[in-house]
Amino acid sequence: MSDLNTAMTERYRNSFLMEVEANVEEGEWVKMCMQCGVCAGSCPLGNAWEHTPQKLFMMIRAGKREAVLSSDAMWMCTSCYNCIARCPRGLPITHIMHGLAHYAKRLGLVPKNQPTQQFSQIFWDNLMKKGRVNELKLGLSMYFKDGFGQGIKNAMANKQLGQNMMKAKRMNAMEFFGGHGIKDTSGLQKMIKKAQEIEDAKYQGNS
Amino acid sequence: MTEVIATNQTILVVGGGISGLTAALEAAETGKQVVLVEKRPYVGGRVTQLYKYFPKLCYPTCGLEINQRRAKMNPNLTILTMAEVTDIQGEAGNYTASVKISPRYVNDNCTGCGDCAKAVSAEFDDEYNYGLGKRKGAYLPHRMAHPQRYVIDPAILGTEDAEKAKTACKAGAVDLDMQEETVSFKAGAVVWATGWQPYDANKIQPYGYDRFQNVITNVEFERMADPNGPTGGKIVRPSDGEVAKNIAFIQCAGSRDKNHLLHCSRICCMATLKQTHYVQEALGDEGKSTIYYIDIRAIDRFEDFYQTVRENPNVSFIKSKVASITQNRENSNPVLNGVDTEGYHRYANEHDLVVLAVGMQPSVDKSSFPVDIVINEEGFIEPATENGGIFAAGCSSDALDVNRAVQQATGAALRAIQVVNRVAGTEG
Repeated sequence: MSDLNTAMTERYRNSFLMEVEANVEEGEWVKMCMQCGVCAGSCPLGNAWEHTPQKLFMMIRAGKREAVLSSDAMWMCTSCYNCIARCPRGLPITHIMHGLAHYAKRLGLVPKNQPTQQFSQIFWDNLMKKGRVNELKLGLSMYFKDGFGQGIKNAMANKQLGQNMMKAKRMNAMEFFGGHGIKDTSGLQKMIKKAQEIEDAKYQGNS
Repeated sequence: MTEVIATNQTILVVGGGISGLTAALEAAETGKQVVLVEKRPYVGGRVTQLYKYFPKLCYPTCGLEINQRRAKMNPNLTILTMAEVTDIQGEAGNYTASVKISPRYVNDNCTGCGDCAKAVSAEFDDEYNYGLGKRKGAYLPHRMAHPQRYVIDPAILGTEDAEKAKTACKAGAVDLDMQEETVSFKAGAVVWATGWQPYDANKIQPYGYDRFQNVITNVEFERMADPNGPTGGKIVRPSDGEVAKNIAFIQCAGSRDKNHLLHCSRICCMATLKQTHYVQEALGDEGKSTIYYIDIRAIDRFEDFYQTVRENPNVSFIKSKVASITQNRENSNPVLNGVDTEGYHRYANEHDLVVLAVGMQPSVDKSSFPVDIVINEEGFIEPATENGGIFAAGCSSDALDVNRAVQQATGAALRAIQVVNRVAGTEG
């Protein structure tokens, strides 16, 4: 558990809803939910995860902090926007789901082996190195995320796909050595660092 | 040529539904001169299309009969049917209204014998039955229509049918040369009672009203339950004409929804609870009703009506706004998909027939009012002083049931009377 998590727990001890409103992007909308269930019924992946948006919003209001923030539900959202299109109260549900995922990540409460968040982290680290996504390395990182043996198996399973991509010049093996990037990588990294500081200050101020 | 004798002490009532008719009668019975303008060929409006009223489950025909008799007997009341107000100018105590009267092609010699209808053959969708049935090109809109005069559909003009109707009429009432006319007259006050229309169910895309035959609206269901309706009172599936035994009602279909109507239409919960009685009455223990709802709003004294329905073992309640409807291709059964709020269970329930409890929308669009008037976000008329001598009655002011609409119409009539009394005071 992170220090930020401890601080937030202390500060919003009695109201998880208030915590969500203050810290989660679009979180102030959660109280507007009237529990009609249209989002839950409209979600094409709804039966694949434990907590539908309707359920998560009720859990937030019921103060089930631990269960909400460690849920894998918000990581399963594919951003199809069915829920937003149909919500009779106009809640930006997709955005709230992403907001919850982001906040849970901040607090270090995301389930460790949740594949979407693993991918997100790998993608981010990859992007930050050169300012451009290195697809070859991104693919390899994903293949080998569960160890060397599994990585080889994954690579063999997708051998044909990789070869076809190289033939069609959609992937370049030389990208493995360094790879392409933007002109001013350090400039980008400075910008991101500054943004991180501003965001950290916001959370510190709220805690 | 239609002649309307009116002065600044006349009250103009726009719309002859239950609200307009009530306001007009209440005012006329106090001795005021009243002109009632109605767009349809008859008065009574949407109330004539209801099978029963809640909460007493009595027949609207009963009250209509009384009102129509009051209208026939009152010399102070002039009724213009097939007429629409196109313009109102002036201020409280001194308005000039322009009214467009469409030709009925049948004059007041009509005895209502129906020979013209027998003589013609072309058929058209019957608007009185929301298109569920057919009517002839010469027709009486419904059995109790007042005035009891036939109408000739302009679509048969110039065809053999028109001549047949004219020849068949022994009273010489068919006048195929009748023209549209515009009359203008004075009025001291106006009661605006243009009423409501059902929300267009085609706009609720996930419910497939436009795609699935066995998805209908509550107003259509009302016609279906009526023994004088297009199915003779049988509750049937439009796809195959089979009796529908397992019926779903979806509440808030288009109401309380940012994508549709913002307001709660207030009557739909009671209408659905009433309609479960129709199912029970028609099919007994064989008929099952399932109500999908967000919350049941059985306003004030109707709570006991709701409790009675709750106790009926043939009616079940599922707390959930249905997310979407799909169709079982084999039997054309609608399948309702969603998640229920009490337990978060995912369901895909198959029914024989789905009734959408569509909401109430003002009949007149915000942008097409022929007079300056204060209208709220939902399109209903506000009781604002800026409206001068124009007073809203019934569903043009809010989503109301018949009882409340009538009360409110009486109030509007009183306000209008006060205005013309002031005029009388100054004119002497």
